[in-house]
Amino acid sequence: MNIVVCIKQTPDSAAKITVEGGQVAWGDAPLVVNPWDEFAVEEALRTKEKHGGKVTAVCMGAETAKEALKTVLAMGCDEAILVTDPALKGCDSLGTARVLAGAIRKAGEVDAVFFGRQAIDSDTGMTAGQVARLLGWPALTYVAAIAEWKPAEKAVSVQRMTDEGRQVVESSLPAVISVVKEINEPRYPSFMGIRKASKTIIPLWSLADIGVAADQVGEKGARVGWAEMYAPPARKVVCEMIKGETPEETAAALVDRLIAEKVI
Amino acid sequence: MGKEIWVYIDQFKGKALSASWESVAAAKTLAGPLGGSVVALALGPGAQALAVEAFHFGADAAMWGDDATLADFRPEAYGLTVAKLAKEKVPQLVIIPASTRGRDLAAMVSAELGCGAAADATGLEVKDGTLRITRPVYAGKLFSVVTFTGGETNIISLRPRSFPMPEADAGKSGSPSQVQSAVAEGDLKSKVTGYVASEAGVSLTDAKIIVSGGRGVANNPAITPPAEITDEKQKEVWKAQQGFALIRELAGVLKAAVGASRAAVDAGYIPYSNQVGQTGKVVSPDLYIACAISGAIQHQAGMRTSKNILAINKDPEAPIFGLARFGVVSDMHKFVPALTAELKKRLGR
Repeated sequence: MNIVVCIKQTPDSAAKITVEGGQVAWGDAPLVVNPWDEFAVEEALRTKEKHGGKVTAVCMGAETAKEALKTVLAMGCDEAILVTDPALKGCDSLGTARVLAGAIRKAGEVDAVFFGRQAIDSDTGMTAGQVARLLGWPALTYVAAIAEWKPAEKAVSVQRMTDEGRQVVESSLPAVISVVKEINEPRYPSFMGIRKASKTIIPLWSLADIGVAADQVGEKGARVGWAEMYAPPARKVVCEMIKGETPEETAAALVDRLIAEKVI
Repeated sequence: MGKEIWVYIDQFKGKALSASWESVAAAKTLAGPLGGSVVALALGPGAQALAVEAFHFGADAAMWGDDATLADFRPEAYGLTVAKLAKEKVPQLVIIPASTRGRDLAAMVSAELGCGAAADATGLEVKDGTLRITRPVYAGKLFSVVTFTGGETNIISLRPRSFPMPEADAGKSGSPSQVQSAVAEGDLKSKVTGYVASEAGVSLTDAKIIVSGGRGVANNPAITPPAEITDEKQKEVWKAQQGFALIRELAGVLKAAVGASRAAVDAGYIPYSNQVGQTGKVVSPDLYIACAISGAIQHQAGMRTSKNILAINKDPEAPIFGLARFGVVSDMHKFVPALTAELKKRLGR
C-alpha cells in the first residue's frame, strides 16, 4: 500500500505558551512532532509492515520543520517531503488543506492518508476533513481502531470514536483517516532509524511544484484573519479549604457549602 | 436586513444535542447587530420534529431533510447537502455545534464552499459591524480572536456548554420547510454499519457535573487484591478499579459523568474515552470534582474552564488546589464514600 502521513511541527505540549508583542512565544521549549500525529505515523507504519508498500511523511512549514520530518523518518517512514514556500505564511486551515491535498496528488497513487485528530497549536481539527473533501475521498475521522484493511478490494473497515461511542464504518479506498490516541502506542525512533534519517535527503516542494496557485493559500487565500491573541485572565480563585475531624464531618461541611453556593 | 444566519441542529438518534439549542441562542444574539433571521437546519431521522422544536428555542424559520442517504451522519452526505443549500440560499453564517460530527461537517462545508471557518468558538461579539470570534488555541493556554476576511458565507463551530442554554417556549412555533439530500447512495463511498456497545453513561462533553480520578485511585493501602491475582501490575489495576468504583458511586448520586487523568488512562485503569486533558476531552461542566489528581498543566488544559472545581487530594501542595474553588485535603478512599453518603442523604437520592 502507498501511504501518506501528514504531520505538523508544534511546540511541545508541556511548553509554557505566552504572547509577546502580539506573537506567540514558547520560551526555550522544543519544537516537536505534533503529539497526535505520532499516532498517525505509528498506524501508517503498522499498516505498511502488515501489507507492504511505503510510507511518505508530508509536512507544510518553514525549513526548521525538517527536524520533525527527521523524527518520523527515524521512526521508520520511508520518505519525507517538506512543502515550503514564502507564500504559505498566514495559511488558514483551508489553505493548509489545499497545500496538503496538492502534495498528496503529486505523491502519486495513494491508498490512504493518515492525520492526527488535530494540531495542538491551532486546535481546529478540520484539516483532515478538508483535505478529504478537496481530494473527493471519504473522510474517516477520530478513528480508534482499524478493523480490517482489504487492499485487494480497495476497502477498509474502521471504528470511529464519536461522542456517543464507537461507530463502525466501511469505506472504499483511497480514504483520509484521522486517528485518536487509543489506536496504538507510538514507537520511539530507533538508533538505526536516527542514523538513516540523518542521511536521508528531504525534498523541498514549492507551491509551483504541487500546482497550487499562490492566491489560494497563505495570507492572500485566507478567509480567516487573526485579529488578536491573548493569554486567558488568571483564574482568580482562592481555594476554600473544607476541614473536619472525620471524613463524615468534612463531607457534611462541604455539602453545606456546595448547596449554599448553589453549586449543586 | 442582512442575510440569514443558519444553525445546524446536531442530533443523535433523533435527539438534539443541548449544544444545538445553545447555538440557536448564540445566533439570535448575532441577528440583532448583523441583521438577518435565524434559520435552523435539521437533517436525518427525526429531523422534522427537531425543526419544529427549533422554533421553541427561538429560530425564526426552519428546514429539515430526511432520506436514506441521511440515515446516519456521514460527512460527505451531510456536508454536500448543507453546502448545496448554502450555495443556493447564501446565508451569511452557518453555525454548527462543535461535536465530533459538527467539526467534520464544518470541514466538509468549508472545503466545498471555499469559505472561512472558525472552529470551536467560545465567544462571539460584533464590534463596529465586524464579527469577532474568540477561540481557545494551544489547548486553552491562549485565546485567539479571529475575523472573516470576506466571502458571502462563513462557518463557525461553537464549543458545547460555552454559550447559554435557552429556555424552550412551546408557544413559539412555525412550519418548517422540507429540503432534499444532495447526494445519491451510489455516489457515497462510506457506510455506517453499526455501533460497538459502549459503557452506558453520561457523555463527558455534555455533562453538567464530572467526577474524575487520577493515578492516586490505586493507592488504597486498606484493601488487598484477591489471592488469585499474583501479577503486581494486575494487583495495581484491581486496586484502581476499586477506587474508580467509589468515583462511579459518587457520579451516580450526582448524575455525573466519569472522567480520568492521563496518568490513570496510561496506567490502564480506565479507557481512553474517559480521559480529560490536552490529549483527551476538553470539558466545561458546572462542577468538576478532581479526586487524587495532582493537576498537571496538560490536565488543566482540559478542565480549567469548568465553572466550579472541587479538588480532593491528600497532598496539600498539589497544583490542582491553585485552580479549585473548594478543596479537601484527604485520602479520596476515605473521603469519597463519606461524600457519597452525605449527598445521598441531603439530595434524597
